[in-house]
Amino acid sequence: MITENYVIKLIVNNHPGVMSHIVGLFSRRAFNLEGIICLEIGDSNTSQMYLLIKNDERTEQIIKQLEKLYDVLDVSLHAEDQYPIFNKLDNELGKL
Amino acid sequence: MRLSGAEITIKLLERLGIDVIAGIPGGTNLPLYDAMYSSGIKHILARHEQGAAFIAHGIARSTGKAAVCFATSGPGATNLLTGIADAKLDSVPIVAITGQVSYDYVGTDSFQEVDTYGLTVPITKHNFFVRSAQELFHVIPEAFKIAEEGRKGPVLVDIPKNVQTEEVEFEKWPELNAEIQVNTIDEELIKEAAKMINDSDKPILYIGGGITNSDSSEILYKFAKKNNIPVVTTIMGLGTFPIEDTLYIGMLGMHGERYTNLLLNEADLILAFGVRFDDRAVGNINKFCPEAKIIHVDIDDVEIDKIKKANLSICADIAKVMEKIIDFIDNNDRKTWITHIQDKKNKMPISLPKDKDEFHPINIIKMVSNLAPDDALITTDVGQHQMWVVKTYPFKHPKTLLTSSGLGTMGFGLPAAIGAAIANKDKTIICFSGDGSFLMNIQELATLADLQLNVKIIILNNGHLGLVRQQQQLFYHEHYMASKFATSPDFAVIAKGFGINGYNIKKDERPLEAFKKMFSEKGPYLINIPIEEFENVVPMVVPGAGISEMVGGEIV
Repeated sequence: MITENYVIKLIVNNHPGVMSHIVGLFSRRAFNLEGIICLEIGDSNTSQMYLLIKNDERTEQIIKQLEKLYDVLDVSLHAEDQYPIFNKLDNELGKL
Repeated sequence: MRLSGAEITIKLLERLGIDVIAGIPGGTNLPLYDAMYSSGIKHILARHEQGAAFIAHGIARSTGKAAVCFATSGPGATNLLTGIADAKLDSVPIVAITGQVSYDYVGTDSFQEVDTYGLTVPITKHNFFVRSAQELFHVIPEAFKIAEEGRKGPVLVDIPKNVQTEEVEFEKWPELNAEIQVNTIDEELIKEAAKMINDSDKPILYIGGGITNSDSSEILYKFAKKNNIPVVTTIMGLGTFPIEDTLYIGMLGMHGERYTNLLLNEADLILAFGVRFDDRAVGNINKFCPEAKIIHVDIDDVEIDKIKKANLSICADIAKVMEKIIDFIDNNDRKTWITHIQDKKNKMPISLPKDKDEFHPINIIKMVSNLAPDDALITTDVGQHQMWVVKTYPFKHPKTLLTSSGLGTMGFGLPAAIGAAIANKDKTIICFSGDGSFLMNIQELATLADLQLNVKIIILNNGHLGLVRQQQQLFYHEHYMASKFATSPDFAVIAKGFGINGYNIKKDERPLEAFKKMFSEKGPYLINIPIEEFENVVPMVVPGAGISEMVGGEIV
C-alpha cells in the first residue's frame, strides 16, 4: 500500500506539560497533525509518543522543531507501513 | 543545611552571579521576596511587570548575560508576557520567575490564578512548573543554561507558593559549571563554502543578531576585508561592522536605503550569517536575491531552510565558522564589484533633509549623536522614530543599540534604558521615543526617579501613531483612522511630576542649546521636541512586495 502518511516516533520526558509543548508546536506553526498516541514507558520517567502526519515539504522543519524541544529526547521519522500503529487502531475502532 | 524553596532559589541565583532583579512582589511570591531580604541581591521595584521584564532586557541585551525578572501569579504573570515574547523573537536571555498559587489550589480558579505555564509555552525557549523544592536544585541552574546556551532566549520558572515555603534538608550545593554544548564543524563544508566565495563575482554578507550574540564583529571585519565582501545588516546586527568602511552598504529591508536593497538583488552569492530571513528584512522571499546562491550559517538549526532554501548550510556558532573559513578564502580586491557598489551609492544617495531644518528627526538624531559620548547606549521605542534612529545614528560598537526588533513592542525604550543604565553605571543611556510609544510604559519614570540613573529621554513628538499614519497615507487612501491623538500631554510637566527634569522644546527656538544642557547635567532628563506631523520614513518597501519595490525618497 502506498501512503503519503508518516509516523514520527518520539521519546519524551514524562510530565504533565510535555503534551502541550508538542501539540502547541503543531498548532502554532500551522503544521498538520492527523493523530497522536502517547504512553509512558520503562520506569515512567519517559513516554513514547507517535504522531501521524501527512508528508509534505515542511516535514523536515517539523522534525527540527521537535528536536529543539527541551523535553524531547529522541525523534525518528518512519513511513506509515513501517509503524502501522494508527492503521491497527483505526481497525480496532472500526469494530466498536 | 535546611532551607526553604524560596531561600534555595535566591541562594542559587546569587551563586549564578545574579546581583540585580527587577520585579514586583505580590501574594504568591512573598516567600521569594522574604528570602531576598537577607540576600546581597539588589531589587529594582518596577511599576508594572512589563517594565520589570524590559528592565531585564536592558541588562541582558547590553551585557549578553541572562537577567532576571520576578512577578506574582495571575496579573503579575500576564503582565510579563509581552516582555517574554519580545525576548523570544530577539533571542534575549531572560529568566522570568513567577509565583504561583499553592499546588493544592492549582486548577481551582483560585485568587490570582492563571495557567502561567500554559500561557508561556509558545513564547519561551523553555518553561518549568516546579512541583517540589528539591527540583529547584536542577531547574534554576538549568533555566540559566537554556537561556544562554546556543541561540539565547527567555525561560520561565513558575513556582507555587507551597514549594517556596517547603523546607529541604541537603548536604551541598549543586555544581554550577554547566558544560556548554559546542557543535562540531564539518571541514568539507568549510572548504566548499570557501570555494563558493572564491568563485563568486558579486558576494554580499547579510548579517544580523547572530554576529552580536556571538561577539564576532572582529572576526567578521577580518573576514570581509580579506576577500572584500560588502556587508548589509539587519537592525539586530547594527554596530557590528564599521559604517564608515567602504564595504558597508547599510541596513536592508522595509526601511532600508534604496541602494542597499537594489544591490542585494544583484548579488550572485549571499552569505547569510546569523540571520533568519525575517520578512521585514527580506520582503517577499520569492523575489529576494533571485540570482544568488545562499550560504546560511546559524546556531539554530530550525532557521536553516525555514524561509529560504540554502545551497550550503552550517549549523554552528558563526564566530567559529568564520575563524575556519577565513583560512580558505582568497585575498581578492574585487575591483569591479566594489567600484559598481560605490557608483550605485553615488547615483542614489540617501534622501536627507536640508541641514537648516533643525526639527527634522534625522537632523535631531544627528545633533544628539554629535553631543553624546562615543560609548553611549541607545534604546528606542517602536515606530517612525525607531526607523529614523536605526537609519541615522552612527552605531560604533555591538550591543549599543537596544531595540525591540522582532516583536516591535511600543513601550520598550524607557524600561530597557533603565536596565541598560543599571548594568552600565558609567555610561550615558539615550532613549529615543515617540509620543505614542512613550505613554505605553510611562509609569517607569517613577522607577527612573527612584534610581536617578543617567538616562536621557528624547521624545520625537508628531501627535500621531506615525508609522500607522504613514501606512494609511501610502496604502489606505489617506484614511486617517485612529492614528491622530486628539490631545497631547505636556511631557515636561509629567516628567517634573515624577521628579525628573523635563523640557519642551518650542518650535521657534534652537534645539541645540536644550540638548547641550541635557547632556551637561548628570542624571535623568526628558526632552520633548515637536516634529513635522506628516514626515515619512523613506524609502519604504510596499508590504508584501520584493525589497527592490520601494516608494518615496527618490532624489530627482
